[in-house]
Amino acid sequence: MLERRAFAADLDYGRAGPSRGEWAMGIEFRGVTKKYPDGTVAVDDLNLTIEDGTITVFVGPSGCGKTTSLRMINRMVEPTSGTILLDGADVRDSDPALLRRGIGYVIQHAGLFPHRTVLSNVATVPLLSGWEKRKARERAAELLETVGLPAELGKRYPAQLSGGQQQRVGVARALAADSPVLLMDEPFSAVDPVVREGLQDELLRLQSQLGKTIVFVTHDIDEAVRLGDKVAVLRVGGRLAQYGTPADVLRHPVDDFVAGFVGKDRGYRGLSFLSAGDVLVEDVPTVRVGSAPGESTDWRLAVNDEGEPRGWLPPSSTVDGDLSESDLLAGGSLYQQGTPIRGALDAALSSPASLGVVVDADGKAIGVVTARQVLDVIENHPQGVTR
Amino acid sequence: MSFFDELGQYLGSASNREQIVDTLAEHCYLALLPLVLGIVLAIAIGWLGRAWPRARGVTLVLANLVYTIPSLALFVMIPSLIGTKMLDSINVVVALTLYTAALLVRPVLDALDAVPPAVIASATAMGYRPARRFLTVELPLAVPVLAAGVRVASVSNISLVSVGALIGVGGLGVLFTDGFQREYFSPIVVGIVLTLLLALVVDLLLVLSRRLLTPWDRTTAPVRTEVAV
Ligand SMILES: Nc1ncnc2c1ncn2[C@@H]1O[C@H](COP(=O)(O)OP(=O)(O)O)[C@@H](O)[C@H]1O
Ligand SMILES: [Mg+2]
Repeated sequence: MLERRAFAADLDYGRAGPSRGEWAMGIEFRGVTKKYPDGTVAVDDLNLTIEDGTITVFVGPSGCGKTTSLRMINRMVEPTSGTILLDGADVRDSDPALLRRGIGYVIQHAGLFPHRTVLSNVATVPLLSGWEKRKARERAAELLETVGLPAELGKRYPAQLSGGQQQRVGVARALAADSPVLLMDEPFSAVDPVVREGLQDELLRLQSQLGKTIVFVTHDIDEAVRLGDKVAVLRVGGRLAQYGTPADVLRHPVDDFVAGFVGKDRGYRGLSFLSAGDVLVEDVPTVRVGSAPGESTDWRLAVNDEGEPRGWLPPSSTVDGDLSESDLLAGGSLYQQGTPIRGALDAALSSPASLGVVVDADGKAIGVVTARQVLDVIENHPQGVTR
Repeated sequence: MSFFDELGQYLGSASNREQIVDTLAEHCYLALLPLVLGIVLAIAIGWLGRAWPRARGVTLVLANLVYTIPSLALFVMIPSLIGTKMLDSINVVVALTLYTAALLVRPVLDALDAVPPAVIASATAMGYRPARRFLTVELPLAVPVLAAGVRVASVSNISLVSVGALIGVGGLGVLFTDGFQREYFSPIVVGIVLTLLLALVVDLLLVLSRRLLTPWDRTTAPVRTEVAV
């Protein structure tokens, strides 16, 4: 399925390996306030340091000043007071157009130019920066591949693409700036949830290769928690309510506003970004389908010749001759190692043996986890749990 | 003598034919130059109207006022306003430019307003400076809405040129005044037919060029091809 192809599969920036931090830059808000001419205070005394090479998510209800904050970074909006530093330099010292050509920007609904083909859309910034046409188009074609779009799409107009494809083109166009900073304003909120999840995954994959400084705006706390290294929760009136890691914000909301915003199911939601890397995978007795199982007083996991789990054999069960699949209890969901811990809990809770089956990337059973073990991992990680 | 004999006789004369070709050429020039100038003027006004929202209301009122001035009055007034000679074809060009611009100010503003704000914002975010953004993003996107207005203006111009014949500069209109003075039908009929034909041809050309200018506008429905989504 096209939507799910990797953003970053064939990335070649002429740089070796991930370059986290090497060419990224930090962003600092110092006492930034924006009051619009009509008196609306959109951002109120914002102080915030965005570390380079990380994804920082501005999250909050509609109208809380997320877009305004983002647009002050590339000077599409000028602060009423305060300073924004990009890599230590006041953004006001740069020519706005040149500053913007050096900062990738992705907007909701992609904001693609309807009158230009996909390829020329992606080539926009290189062309503005005076690149040769041919070189700019080559670069654009490369980027289409980077975001997982087939080259044929380059000749189409944006209206001929699906919403998800348009968003990819938007990302490709922003990457064409080849800039260390990427600003993304609700880039995925106009696509359906399944496509959105694919785009989020691929943004993360892309980021693991590029190590850009990404400021990402969303009103969706799930998206914030999923993508952010840090999350800045804003409240209406443009005040920063809390700034910290997703685990922090979910676990220790500073006040009722943040608690209400992250929601009542924040505990469970938190599981979706905790890694189960530290869950001890225990051995489990196994039996092979098609061979005689013998006797045991334990739950035994039945596997096929490839080592893939097929079901459970209850304690002290008797089988005539060789074990067949009809002798087994259906297993629960499987937990693939390295995926979010929510899956491990699901596997443990849905297993007839109360043992969650852990499989490797090839689907081979490598052991089991109990719900208790999963919960222990969660309890022992008050914060700073990696994705 | 039947009408057709008369017409045959009229068209048989080399000097008449020469007059027809000359007046037709003049008609084209008098109608189309102001069309182009008027479009440019209206776009400039539209740009101002967007840059200064407060200027909008005033421009629209002015545009309406200009359009209500009778054409003959405008033809007669212009020489005293800009110091040209009474029979100078410039007068007609200036007057029709004003009409065209007046007619197009609203469509231009509507067309520019119809450009999605997200597109303008993303152009700004990409690093376009305002003038280039206007010319290469906003204006091309305004073409579909603008094109309808331009078609109306072209027909209006082609018909108004004839009024200029009353002050001696009127393209095919000269055939009407001639015909009336000489009580001679053929030039009148030829004038009418050629005016209609000219309007039709120009309209056709406008429709064609609009299609050429907006290849992207025919593709609004997502095309399902071999590429799976
Ligand atoms: N150009 C503007 N003029 C006046 N008020 C504005 C303007 N842009 C945004 N606002 C107001 O500022 C506040 C914050 O807006 P915005 O930054 O767009 O919020 P968000 O992106 O979080 O929804 C809102 O109350 C909004 O109505
Ligand atoms: Mg917003």
